[in-house]
Amino acid sequence: MSDQTVPLYQKRIPIHPRSVKGRFRTLKTGILTLAYLVYFLLPWLRWDRPNAPNQAVLYDLPGRHFYIFGLTVQVQDIFWLAGVLIIFAILLFFVTGLAGRVWCGYFCFQTLWTDLYMMIEHWVQGERPARLRLSKGPWSREKLIKVSATYAIWLLVAFWTGLTFTMYWVDAPTLVVDFLLGRAPSSAYFTTLFLTTTTFVMAGLAREQVCVYMCPYARFQSAMFDHDTLIISYDRQRGEGSKGRARLGKGLKTREERQAQGVGDCIDCGYCVQVCPVGIDIRNGLQYQCISCALCIDACDVVMDNQKWPRGLVSYTSENALNGKKTTLLKPKTLGYGVILTTATAVLIWSIATRSPYTAMVEQIRQPLYTQLSDGSIRNVYEVKLNNKLTAPMTVGIRIEGLAGATLDMDGMERIALEPQERIKLLARVRIPPPRVKEGDAHEKRDDVHEKDDLEHAKVTFVVEALAGATAKPIRRNVPFYVPDHD
Amino acid sequence: MSDNTLNTKQKTGVVQTTGHSWDGDLQEYTNPLPRWWLWCFYGTVVFSILYWFIYPSWPVGKGWLKGYGTVDYTITDKATGGTVEKKDQHWNTRALLLEHLSEAANDPKRKEMLAKVQAATPEQIAKDPQLMEFVRSVGKGLFGDNCAACHGQGGQGVVGLYPNLTDNDWLWGGSTDKIQETITLGRKGFMPAFGAVLKPDQLDDVAEYVLTLSNEAKPSEAADRGKAIFQGQVGGCYYCHGADGKGLASMGSANLTDKIWAIVDVPAQKTLQDKKAQIASFVAKGVNNTRIMPTWQNRLSPTDIKLLAVYVHQLSGGK
Repeated sequence: MSDQTVPLYQKRIPIHPRSVKGRFRTLKTGILTLAYLVYFLLPWLRWDRPNAPNQAVLYDLPGRHFYIFGLTVQVQDIFWLAGVLIIFAILLFFVTGLAGRVWCGYFCFQTLWTDLYMMIEHWVQGERPARLRLSKGPWSREKLIKVSATYAIWLLVAFWTGLTFTMYWVDAPTLVVDFLLGRAPSSAYFTTLFLTTTTFVMAGLAREQVCVYMCPYARFQSAMFDHDTLIISYDRQRGEGSKGRARLGKGLKTREERQAQGVGDCIDCGYCVQVCPVGIDIRNGLQYQCISCALCIDACDVVMDNQKWPRGLVSYTSENALNGKKTTLLKPKTLGYGVILTTATAVLIWSIATRSPYTAMVEQIRQPLYTQLSDGSIRNVYEVKLNNKLTAPMTVGIRIEGLAGATLDMDGMERIALEPQERIKLLARVRIPPPRVKEGDAHEKRDDVHEKDDLEHAKVTFVVEALAGATAKPIRRNVPFYVPDHD
Repeated sequence: MSDNTLNTKQKTGVVQTTGHSWDGDLQEYTNPLPRWWLWCFYGTVVFSILYWFIYPSWPVGKGWLKGYGTVDYTITDKATGGTVEKKDQHWNTRALLLEHLSEAANDPKRKEMLAKVQAATPEQIAKDPQLMEFVRSVGKGLFGDNCAACHGQGGQGVVGLYPNLTDNDWLWGGSTDKIQETITLGRKGFMPAFGAVLKPDQLDDVAEYVLTLSNEAKPSEAADRGKAIFQGQVGGCYYCHGADGKGLASMGSANLTDKIWAIVDVPAQKTLQDKKAQIASFVAKGVNNTRIMPTWQNRLSPTDIKLLAVYVHQLSGGK
């Protein structure tokens, strides 16, 4: 390859981050522990649900129900999922505009699992120099044992991650037993295998490359940055002074000595670079690879504490603050996101809180549109679809109104007991007495007999109400009522 | 992937050309195909050869190569649950559909419901919301396959040709038992032709009388003359239609007193004259071998017939 060509593929440069202790590391470990506790233990939580599965969180796809603690989400309520996704998206925009890539640094599962994998690596192979030696050295007995031990533990974590994901879709205790006995459905094996593989590859092998090359969020989050956004930054003025950074050395031991010589506070120890999980040097300024994990802040704080110099050479700050300007947090953009976020959350909560315990749909059977009966009365037929959304039985009553003289015949099913979560379609016949054809003005009007001309756009209202087992507003459905149009 | 590079300078001569040139300097590169593309292409070649062996592929003469792949499926008799047909044939989507239908997860449920329909009486079925939902769903298919060709998709029939099954007027009885009997044995409607027996003005009088039965015409002298023919030995209409004109289900004779006209489309006629003319011409011709309901006992299982009877009964609301 000559110098005329530019490679499009860059081989991954292995990163072996050094461990660090500090405020942000503690915060990150706390969030990691909490997230893992929730993720791995939630499927095992039971929830007493008569007539339905007893798993607290269960996404029952074959049964078409999502069980989330006390909430049962039916297929027709799936738009709530859209609401949740919108809220998460806006929340991401909102937080990113204010505080930068908080999601990436603390909450993203890529970060969490990579963090755990690095902890395992550290535990088996030792600190950064030991890992560097091992990775650069030739294959030896020690290297073989340590590397395979690391991979084995990684694989175990990946497998349990995959299996736990599968547990959210079927009864967890049954799944684990069936899975190990080879009786689980093939989809369970496929899902687990898929998640195991992706976890292992993403958290063990690809790591920061996922954030740098694969993740769309990483890229579009930078579009939400402005000069007031919190970023992790190196205080160049303080660190570099007028002559740049320098290591501690003769005549450069104390701050006073260094300032007298025009040298900044950065002692160029490289700790901030060594702890970085994405392998960048924060002193080069804001970079798209930076996931804002704040470990370099912890690293620099440790060094500054050692020197008994003030902290904050690397810190959370904003571009405006760095340039000596004021940081404003209440901007139209953040306010806008805030308003949308609050509205979306309120709408979702309102929609969930006022959900009906049952649904009712009425559709006209249009073949035939109407039937004339032997006494001349007109009948329309409808299909009433009922769905009990509760996990308890209920009784529902159906009546009609809004069409004078009309009678409803449902073969005795006007009052029907519904099993828990039952869906049923019933037939409803609505009949009106023979309508009169107008014969001039000279005839008496009667309330229960229709003039034929008045029936052109007639409608009838079905009222479906819960009579027992639930309290809710009656559901009203307006449907057309057709009459013959030939005279 | 290290060869996956971009030539920043593509000088003529560095890349091979086809040697052709147009307009003096227009040339064509012969870059090798990307290797991944080439391997994908070879892959499709191998795939297609395997495909020919497994699935139907090439036309040969009047037939085609059927391939070695097969689909096994069995058809079970819905009434008895026993295996009627076991088929094993070359791969095709129709057989695949039948295979899926016979093994689908909801098939046991369907079998269970059919067994319930088989065990229950029509009255019991009518009271069970789940069974009625099942009957409406399966019945719609059975009706569409077997009955809709004449009676229409919704059972509304065709006036003059096929009875309307959605109204509450039944020629042969509207109870589930009677409907079941009708489907099982079939029916043959008959009315003698009176064209040779009655004179045209007598036919007219009878027509007038018939119209008074359902209040389509007002009482008149002609109607009185018609009544004498209808109720007397000259016409003898009352043998079948009854003295009150309400018809007899045992004869399949029409009820002439209600608003429903199965054969003569009276409501569609604008004037009394037209209505009378239509009835008179029908009475003259009668019905002979034109209104026949075939028997279905050799084509449908007893369970299917019961299910259809309940379905048809609920179409009309019954009587």
